[in-house]
Order: sequence, then structure tokens, then C-alpha cells
Amino acid sequence: MLSPADLDTLMLTGKVAGIATCLMLLIGTPLAWWLARTDSRWKGICNALVALPLVLPPSVLGFYLLVLMGPAGPVGKFTAWLGLGTLPFTFGGLIVASVLYSLPFVVQPLQASFAAIGRQPLEAAATLRAGPLDTFFNVVIPLAKPGFMTAAILGFAHTVGEFGVVLMVGGNIPDKTRVVSVQIYNHVEAMEYTQAHWLAGALLLFSFTVLLVLYSVLKTQPVAHQLK
Amino acid sequence: MTNPIIARFQLGYESFQLAVDLCLPGSGVTVLFGHSGSGKTTLLRCIAGLQRTPNGFLQINGEVWQDSENGIFLPTHKRSLGYVFQEANLFPHLTVAGNLRFGLKRSGRSLSTDLTHILELLGIAHLSERMPDRLSGGERQRVAIARALALNPQILLMDEPLAALDFKRKQEILPFLSQLHRELHIPVLYVTHSQQEVAQLADHLVVMDEGRALASGPLSETLSRLDMPLAQDRDASTVWQVKVAGHEAAYHLTHVAFAGGTISLPSFAAEIGTPLRIQIYARDVSITLQEPAATSILNVLPATITGIADDDSGHSVVGLLVGEQPLLAHITRKSASLLGLRVGMQVFAQIKGTSILN
Repeated sequence: MLSPADLDTLMLTGKVAGIATCLMLLIGTPLAWWLARTDSRWKGICNALVALPLVLPPSVLGFYLLVLMGPAGPVGKFTAWLGLGTLPFTFGGLIVASVLYSLPFVVQPLQASFAAIGRQPLEAAATLRAGPLDTFFNVVIPLAKPGFMTAAILGFAHTVGEFGVVLMVGGNIPDKTRVVSVQIYNHVEAMEYTQAHWLAGALLLFSFTVLLVLYSVLKTQPVAHQLK
Repeated sequence: MTNPIIARFQLGYESFQLAVDLCLPGSGVTVLFGHSGSGKTTLLRCIAGLQRTPNGFLQINGEVWQDSENGIFLPTHKRSLGYVFQEANLFPHLTVAGNLRFGLKRSGRSLSTDLTHILELLGIAHLSERMPDRLSGGERQRVAIARALALNPQILLMDEPLAALDFKRKQEILPFLSQLHRELHIPVLYVTHSQQEVAQLADHLVVMDEGRALASGPLSETLSRLDMPLAQDRDASTVWQVKVAGHEAAYHLTHVAFAGGTISLPSFAAEIGTPLRIQIYARDVSITLQEPAATSILNVLPATITGIADDDSGHSVVGLLVGEQPLLAHITRKSASLLGLRVGMQVFAQIKGTSILN
């Protein structure tokens, strides 16, 4: 069965994924809205930057984050100047890395559902006296609900499943940065296959359930993108 | 003409230019008529503020909504307007009542008796708990009209509200529009490319082509302008405002009076004095020099020729004045030349048929 140490890693993983998902929705919503609507020449660059973690080996991203956030890096110097110390091998660092790594999984579904709404509902809202923020909260968000659900679920699940970035930036510190995927690696290294099985099985079940829920939710949700 | 609408816009894309300078009446229905690509919808969007022109001036009922020279541009949501889109554009996540409340709430109004009246007039009072995807196309468009009117706007803008509907649905909504037209006290700007809707709804007509307003004036005057493509069209017509003058039951006829005479129509039930709009197609009007002594045509009216225009396929359009009413006749160029028609001549117009619009 799962040991107390294993349970701790599960708790920590849930905490990291939960906080990271909230942050990703906060950052990703305006970013996706801008990307879906802008004609700016920066759009291409921003799209590419957001999507970069999809193709980059996690170790590459982890390496750069380590360098940037380390004591000699610009971000590290800044956080030290703020009195926060440096981020690598801390819970905060793990969150930062997770957010950057999983952001495309949040931004892309949001961007797609914002784009699918089109300009018509926004114009209808404007002619009905709704200002831009009012329109965003009362028209865009309800219409993009399936997009938000997909974004939250994928962002959360992908954060749970990360390994490379976590190991590079977070390390392997119990209760601080040791998440499930790292713990499985530890078990395998120590030839504790039974414990590895339990954790790996739990993760497999979790991932499958999440995807199952996601696809059934998307199927039953009326696709509200098209205006009637 | 109190509180007119002043609209001046200039907009230049590579493929499309809009340049209009219009002064429109502050009441009644003004139809912006033109082919697709003539700029009529763009003009409407400029008036709504949905399209921003770098160069423009717009004043509605004495309120300045845009004055580019002085850096004034009121965003759409701060303009007191109602807008009906070509597609109804209802919010799919809200019920009919929710759609109506969306605008009501934000304009600080509540469900008032006149709104209930509008819902009944539009025949949608029973639909309030439905979701938009459970409505027919015609019902959706009527809800959209009610949603725009619910704001009690200073001006109603309608962008081809019937274009997306089939013939049957159009016939279902047109009577509502005619009735609204009589009951509304705000100016309505109505975009269409349908001559039928022009004839049925317009009081004032603006003819748009390639981003310019070719003509702007009262309906019957503008319809009968020989320099407009409308007068040359196969379906060219004039529209008269008439009043029911009497019935001749024995012959199943109804007489209607216009400024300058009366004409007979196939009989219909209407009280004497009822105002009507009738449409007379140019192809149903022929010309004789003498008053015909023996003809099966009932409606023969003395007229003065005000203009003649030839097209390049052997037809002539003759502009006539009957009393004070302009009338168009489509005849062959050969007839025009055999009769020796000239501007200023006194002739007789024989009207073969008329249709009643409302």
C-alpha cells in the first residue's frame, strides 16, 4: 500500500497542480483573449513562445529556468533583491516552472474557444449597453465555458504528469518539491517495485479518469460557440 | 423635420471607399438601399460605432456621437441605439427573457407595459422561457427586434433583418415591421437590398452605390428619379400614400383618393379614411395622347411628362406627374418616338394594375 511518504507526495502534487492551474487560468485568460483578437505583429512570436514547452525537452526548459532563477541569473537577482531568496529547489520555484511548462495546455483551448465566439456576440452586447468588461464576464465567459473546463482539466493533469522540469528546478526534497512522478522514480531507483506500482497505478487511473470526464463533459455540453 | 440625423463619414480601404454626407429625418423609416458592397451596412455600422472611421461626424437628436475633428467618439455601449443584426445574434446561453433582460438591466429599465405590448405585437410573449436554439428563424428575429426596442432607444438601426429568412418567414415579419413603423416614434434606419421592403417600409430613401449616397429623399420622389438605377430596373415602381374614399359593392371595387384624384382597386374591407400604401409598377403603366373613349382599363389619369430616359435595349422610362404624385411608365422606345413624347406634354396614364402594400 501507499506509505505516509507516498501520501505526502500525492498531497504535494495536488497542491502544486491546484495552485499552478489557478495561476495559469489567471495569466492564460487575458493572454488567450489577446491572442485570439489581436492583429498585432507580435502575435506570431507570442504564439510561438507560449507553445514552446510543447516541443522543448523538459530538461531544456528546466535548465534555462535554473540558470535564470539561480543566484547569478537576472530573475534570481531580482527575487533576492526583493528579499525572497532564490527560487530553485523551493515550492515557489516549482510553481513558477509548472506554470510555464503547462501554460500552452491552458492558453490553447481558451484561445480556440475565444476565437470561435467571433465578434458577433460582442457587438450584440455592445449594442445592448454592455461595456467591454461587462461583455467579457457576462457573454464571453459563459460562451467559452467548455474552453475553460478543458483548459483547467488539461492544465491540472499536465502539471501532475510533469517530471523533467520538476527534477531540474525543484529537485527531490521531501514535502517541498518531491511530487509523485519524482517519488516513482525514487522507488524504481531503490528497486521498490511494489510501491512504484501503487503510485504509478494511481497516476494512471487519475489520468484516465480525468480524460474520460473531459471527453464526456465536452460531448454533453452544448457547443455554445455558434450564435443562434 | 425636427432633430434630424447628420451623418458624415469617410473611410478608405484599398478595395472600398465610404464617403457620405447625409442629413436624414428625425422620424419615420429611412431605408438605406443598395447592392451588396455598396456600403450600406458599413454606413450603419459607422452610425452604431461598431466601425470606427478616422474621419466622421454624427449627430442624433442634437447629441453628438462622433466628431473626429474634436476627438469625440462615443463607444457603442454608450449610444442610445437599438441594433438588429442580419442574423438575430441572440445570446445562446440565455433564454428569450434573459436576452431581453440583458439590455433592459443595463439601460436601467424594467419590464414595462409598453414592452409587454411590444412582445404581444411581435407575437413572442409565449416564448419567454425558450432557449434561442428552440426558436424558428422568424421567431429569433422577432425576439432580436424586441430586444433592441426594449432599450427604448433614440434610434433603431436594422441591418437587413429579413435577409437571412426564407420567403414565408419574411411574410411573417413584414406585417410586424409595418405596424411597428406606425407605432414607433423614433427614427429607424433600415438597410436592405430588397425593393419590396423599400416599397413597404420606407418613408425616406437613400440609394447607396460604391460607398456613396447617390440619392437621398422622400420615397416616392426618389423612386421616380430617372437618373437612378431603380427607375430603370425591370421591377421599377412608385409608391403612393392614399386613403380609402369609398366602396362600389356592385362591381367589387374600392376607390382610393390621392393628392390629385382617385383610382379604383379590387375591393377589400377597409373603413373609409383608412390610410394605405399602394405600389404601381412602371411596367403596368402605359401612355395615350388622347383620353381613351373606349378602354377596359379603369384607371386612366391625366398626367404631365416630367422626364424621359432611354436605356440601351430599346426601352424608355417616362417620368409622369399625376396631380402631385410622381408615376413611372416603362414603354418601348419605338412607342415613345411614335407618340412624339416630350417633357412637358399633357398625356393620359393608363394603370393596368396596382398592389396594396398594407
